[in-house]
Amino acid sequence: MPKLVQIISANKRFKTPEGDSVTALDDVSLEVNTKEFITLLGPSGCGKTTLLRSISGFEELDSGEIIIDSQEMKNVPSYKRPVNTVFQSYALFPHINVENNIGYGLDVTGCPKKERNQRVKETLQLVGLLGYENRKPIQLSGGEQQRVALARAIINRPKILLLDEPLSALDRKLRQSMQLELKNIQNKLGIAFIFVTHDQEEALTMSDKVIVMNHGKIVQIGTPIEIYDNPMNEFTAQFIGESNFFTGKIDIIEDILTIKTTCSNTFYLRNFDQSKIVKEKKITVSIRPEELLLESDQFTEKYFIECNVKQIVFLGTDFKILCEIGNNKIIHSVIRDTHRNNIDKCKVGSKIKLYYNPSSFRILKDD
Amino acid sequence: MTKKNRLFLLLSPFTFYSLLFFLGPMLILLIFSFLEPGIYGGVEWNFYHHNYGRILGWADGEFEDFDIIYTIIFLRSVRLASITVLFTLLICYPAALWISNLNPKLRNFFIFLITLPFFASLVVRLFAWMIILKPSGILNQVLISLHIINEPILMLFTEGAVIVGMVYVLIPFMFLPLYASIEKIDPMLIQASKDLGANKFITFYKITLPLSLPGIIGGSILVFIPSLGNFIVPDLLGGAKVMMIGNLIEQSFLMGRNWPFGSALSMILMATVVIFLLFYVRSVSKYENATETIK
Repeated sequence: MPKLVQIISANKRFKTPEGDSVTALDDVSLEVNTKEFITLLGPSGCGKTTLLRSISGFEELDSGEIIIDSQEMKNVPSYKRPVNTVFQSYALFPHINVENNIGYGLDVTGCPKKERNQRVKETLQLVGLLGYENRKPIQLSGGEQQRVALARAIINRPKILLLDEPLSALDRKLRQSMQLELKNIQNKLGIAFIFVTHDQEEALTMSDKVIVMNHGKIVQIGTPIEIYDNPMNEFTAQFIGESNFFTGKIDIIEDILTIKTTCSNTFYLRNFDQSKIVKEKKITVSIRPEELLLESDQFTEKYFIECNVKQIVFLGTDFKILCEIGNNKIIHSVIRDTHRNNIDKCKVGSKIKLYYNPSSFRILKDD
Repeated sequence: MTKKNRLFLLLSPFTFYSLLFFLGPMLILLIFSFLEPGIYGGVEWNFYHHNYGRILGWADGEFEDFDIIYTIIFLRSVRLASITVLFTLLICYPAALWISNLNPKLRNFFIFLITLPFFASLVVRLFAWMIILKPSGILNQVLISLHIINEPILMLFTEGAVIVGMVYVLIPFMFLPLYASIEKIDPMLIQASKDLGANKFITFYKITLPLSLPGIIGGSILVFIPSLGNFIVPDLLGGAKVMMIGNLIEQSFLMGRNWPFGSALSMILMATVVIFLLFYVRSVSKYENATETIK
């Protein structure tokens, strides 16, 4: 079955006013399936919005192809593309009311009046805005404006809905409920969503597939769980979730790999890819804070890091412990200690052991 | 002194100036328009409504006659002012649209160009137009040398010349409010419209045009009022044939030495303008309530 969207080695450079040129897209290729919820995740300036705007037709690629539904999009103007966009600033039309904002896409394409009214009503219902028909955008709260923007974009029944950081202006609580709602709406409509965000939590919560971008390149593509559990390089490991990084030399290669770090700690790794391992080679490994524990079990009692507690931060559900392991290197550990059994034993300035499972370490690709 | 009162103090120079040089003369005009004209100029201090009767139709014929010519001149002024508004709008709207899409540096340069004519005296600029339009003028010579016409056509001292002159003089007054309102339109709205399936013509009609309406109305008022009462342009480019209400007022005061009649004409002109202004204020405030930018 052909893919819904195919992007084949897209390239785009921008000229800055100073005359420099900035690479926004560097040989980007990706595919989107029908009904898929895809997230483009990356820091600002990584090219994710440029990619989105190229799909909607507001940016022209320097080279490369965008194919939607087996049709090459190069000479198709934005108003003829089977995609609609939810803009970051919502871009609601200030001079017309909610009903006409939502019905705009049908009005300009000459939809019969009866069908138009029916569909506007259905869409209002879908986003929970029945009764708001006659309000002007200015009279709506941020969350309501967001819903109008969404309703306006889905009423034309696009093959793909593009969302450009649509939740970034909402407060945390509202953002979280909108995340779930967006996912529900996507399931109901059965159309593909391409969602741009710099918020890793959003990406992990909603997506079927996350595309991590940096400096105009795709760094990693995978399901949220794949991306979180197996970040390929340091960028992904620190951009999605938190990570502790250690750089060292490979010392002993056996069943368990031994690594000596620059600050003279020793780590042990299990389950590694034998083929890439060379003795004395420099290597970077990462481990998640929640994988460093205060208590050991039978598997981890031999594997620990000794360190000094620098600071303890209460996060609500969890505690975060910041520890120094020599050479001023600080590592983070996140402990869930609901009954406060262990956290009381560790005091700022005291020496503790953080236990880990040797399988938890991940070897990162060098950039 | 409360804060409110102190802030009010900021208004005092303006208040003082308006009272002395605007409301004062207005009051004099209003009073004079109801006084009897003196035989050798000046006024007799008797209540006298025939100044208005001469224009509006109830003069009794004993001292003053009603004459339809004043109505004709008045309607001609309204017509020429309306045509001027239309032409300035048609000229300025595309230009404002184009300039608002340029980068900021170029924009300022073009706005400077638009306001450049202000730096030269109005009368000098109108004399230049006389040189262009007169029978032996530049335009006729060019047309003859191109064999488009065989003999000079009459351009100067026609309604056309008056309109050309007024459009030329008043273009900045249309351009600036138009540009201000077009430039304020969020480019994302245009993109949103295109994204939703509207081509550029539908987008213009449904988004750009309604959102620039305050500028269109503002510019139209700013052009209509000065062209309605204009007397320099019709005087220089229209000659005796194209008399407008402004010329009539000027003549009543200066040549006719009939101050009360001139005052009555002025009051009627002013009443017309006030009606237009009320219309403007109402439509704009109604509009701005609805379209205040979304925060």
